[in-house]
Amino acid sequence: MPSPSTQEKPPYAIEAHGLTKSYGNHGKPAVRVLDHLDLRVAHGSVFALLGPNGAGKTTAVRILATLTTADSGTARVAGYDVVADRSAVRRAISLTGQFAAVDETQTGEENLRMMARLTGLSRPAARRRAEELLERFRLTDAARRPARTYSGGMRRRLDLAAGLTGSPEPGVFFLDEPTTGLDPRSRQELWEVVRGLAERGASVLLTTQYLEEADRLADRIALLDKGSIAAEGSAADLKGRVAGHRLDLVLTSRDAYLRLTGRAVHHSPETLTVGLPTDGSAAHVRALLDEIDPAGTEIDRFTLHSATLDDVFLALTSEVPAHA
Amino acid sequence: MPETAAPLVPLGRAPGPLTHASVMAGRSLRVSLRNSDALIMSLALPIMLMLIFVYFFGGAIETGAGYDSYVMYVVPGVLLLCAGFGAATTATAVSEDMKGGIIDRFRSLDVGGTPVLAGHVAASTVRNLFATVLVFGVAVLIGFRPAASWSGWLLVATVLIAYIVALSWISAAIGLLARSPEAASGFTFFMSFLPYPSSAFAPIEKMPDWLHGFAENQPITPAIESLRGLLLGEPVGNAPWIALAWAGGMLAVAIAASGVLFRIRTR
Repeated sequence: MPSPSTQEKPPYAIEAHGLTKSYGNHGKPAVRVLDHLDLRVAHGSVFALLGPNGAGKTTAVRILATLTTADSGTARVAGYDVVADRSAVRRAISLTGQFAAVDETQTGEENLRMMARLTGLSRPAARRRAEELLERFRLTDAARRPARTYSGGMRRRLDLAAGLTGSPEPGVFFLDEPTTGLDPRSRQELWEVVRGLAERGASVLLTTQYLEEADRLADRIALLDKGSIAAEGSAADLKGRVAGHRLDLVLTSRDAYLRLTGRAVHHSPETLTVGLPTDGSAAHVRALLDEIDPAGTEIDRFTLHSATLDDVFLALTSEVPAHA
Repeated sequence: MPETAAPLVPLGRAPGPLTHASVMAGRSLRVSLRNSDALIMSLALPIMLMLIFVYFFGGAIETGAGYDSYVMYVVPGVLLLCAGFGAATTATAVSEDMKGGIIDRFRSLDVGGTPVLAGHVAASTVRNLFATVLVFGVAVLIGFRPAASWSGWLLVATVLIAYIVALSWISAAIGLLARSPEAASGFTFFMSFLPYPSSAFAPIEKMPDWLHGFAENQPITPAIESLRGLLLGEPVGNAPWIALAWAGGMLAVAIAASGVLFRIRTR
């Protein structure tokens, strides 16, 4: 199938059209995990696929990284078709999954040398490459220790390094929830690593459940909901559509509650509480309060929360994500 | 299908499956050397088995004429028994790989399933050969006196290696079939039992009639017959060739089955 877009427009590092995938489960009706997913990741950009558990993030990454195939739809990664040119795609990408894919009983150095040899480097070249990567990912001190003794953050860094052993270095990176389960400090360190990749001109597709992570790292963010893109844009674009905070108002009357439920992103009829989107600035909160309750009688109390991923989803898909 | 944009990422040369398999073998060997409990077990068990057979049961087993002592009779059986036990660890190792994320890593490095399994089988073969040499050494210490010719020794080594490789690859396929390493180790149990209903430890004629058909025609028997004959310098007829045909057949089936299983498991 010819894809007209690649003819005139700038080349995309990742380009997917109509990816659909269902998983059958022992006679039970098949679950559609991806539903006509379209994606375009510009060369040299960081793209975040944001969504809750079960939204199809991992399946999308596995299809694009050639580990599984879509039921229908096409995708090109680094210019190669993920089905027809599977081997070429594999040599052009680096994949870091949710679970660190390193040998626990081998040392960091041995793991990297092994991976480097598998990409086709000679023994001496593999040794040099492993040294370089250990240095770059600040693992030199731990190089001779078995990977099972590594902290969560070190393990992720080793895993990332393991995906970088090829020569030339892969140009397209898939990071599937790279910071899930990491402590805040390790998360910061990993963010630095991702920024480092971007500075070197790599294209990165990262999946995450954390709005903040997408915000900090990505040039573009796509919200994945039930297997297709619910919204896409730069962090600023999306923030314009999704307020960064939620103002919860405890109302004094049922009438006031019913009047406001239409614009609320959070409801609690028992406590007569509604949550409204806001950017969290004093000016906006004051304006909201004045607008809703000019007489100053309908609002009992209020609290301000940072918007959660659930709020973002509510605002953009008006449906609670699966894990809520 | 018209080609669209030119590939963005220039690619280096792709290494072949042989390179992959040899790197994988190095990995499996390194990992098995680190796993000292399993290593000691795999070396100690065959020796213990031989001592048990020779000293506990040996006196009670009547092997018929032609054998000075039971140790002369039992060595081939112990060798194949320990080949079965040794090969069985391959199932656990393969299953551990499938459980973790490492297989996805290998696949994303474009390493096929067959090289990964070949690495495990190669490591298993090296481990088993160590155990085999050890068993021979202890056997000689307790009275085993082989009378094989040079060509006999060569054929003994060929038959042993062929069986170790075939059993290891069957074990690798079982590792792919099992849903957990524990299940994998359970499934391989039957393989370790195969030498018992053969002429490995007692003559088939002493077994019940209904077992003769199986015992005479199962894959372990020609291997036992040829190893025993060759080691004692007796005529073996075409037993070694039947044994090698069995090993080749089992290996071919195991490779084909594991290829299919690998594709199913990684779909």
